[in-house]
Amino acid sequence: MTPEEQAEIRRRQKSRNVALGLLLAFFVLLFYAITIARMG
Amino acid sequence: MTDSAALPLPAEWRDFFALTKPRVMSLVIFTGLCGLLAAPGHINPVLGFTAILCIAMGAGGSGALNMWLESDIDAKMKRTAARPIPSGRLRREDARDFGVALSVASVLIMGLAVHWLAAALLAFSIVYYAVFYTLWLKPRTPQNIVIGGGAGAFPPLIGWVAVTGEITTMPLILFAIIFMWTPPHFWALALFVKTDYANAGIPMLPVVRGESHTRKQILAYSVLLVPIAVAPWFVGGAGALYGVTALVLSLAFLSLAVPVASRASAPGDAMLPEKRLFKFSILYLFALFAVLVVDRVLAYSGVLA
Repeated sequence: MTPEEQAEIRRRQKSRNVALGLLLAFFVLLFYAITIARMG
Repeated sequence: MTDSAALPLPAEWRDFFALTKPRVMSLVIFTGLCGLLAAPGHINPVLGFTAILCIAMGAGGSGALNMWLESDIDAKMKRTAARPIPSGRLRREDARDFGVALSVASVLIMGLAVHWLAAALLAFSIVYYAVFYTLWLKPRTPQNIVIGGGAGAFPPLIGWVAVTGEITTMPLILFAIIFMWTPPHFWALALFVKTDYANAGIPMLPVVRGESHTRKQILAYSVLLVPIAVAPWFVGGAGALYGVTALVLSLAFLSLAVPVASRASAPGDAMLPEKRLFKFSILYLFALFAVLVVDRVLAYSGVLA
């Protein structure tokens, strides 16, 4: 594996991790909001 | 990581996003939102947002399952060859897992947060599209689009039921409108991309039954669409603002379907009437549902009787 390939793999992994992290954070907020709404 | 040659690059998140068919989803979100907004009654904005999100996730999940199941067919058609799986950017199994995860999550969240009847309808629509349509009927019958249109007709029904919690006449009419609209919409497209489907071995109506039969069917569904589009007015589910607009829009639709039905394509034909009908059909559905929401919001707020 060339250093370029290695860097590309890392870049893609990182962008996927960021996307997944943002998604999880969004769902944390959504479930909090749903809970408040359902209690009201 | 022993064999780097056999190890493909990890897929980008954009490729997963592409699996959800974002352009189809925009129509799903729009019609689902219109069903939700046109329904009588009140829904907490957070729960309304969640309902639309779940409809979108369910549509995205079934889109991913469809791409998982049809990657071999997609590879044979120009229009779909660049999709993530046939182009080799994403593994088939990843698409399957992503589709199942999205579908299951959408149904569970809908049930827990909004309403279990809406969740059941959502689950049914996903199975209907991914199993009945994609696996079973699409490769077998030239009426596949009529049945596939059923899957696309669920969003406004689910959006409506998310608010009211029951299936009544109005959401069923909204279902019927999209059901009748889909065949002329899609067959107009199929007429000008006919060779693609023939190459992939999909029994699309123009390929199997011929062009003139398809053109007659387009006209038949366009005629049926007129009374169904106006039906909300007749049953008292919408006012004159909607009724008159729906009538005008549907007659315009019909006037574009007539030239399509009454001609035959020559070799090298530019297919302009077909392309015109296809483009207008998209505008038609957006306009029809938008007017329904305006009509209902004005009526509920007392501006219109």
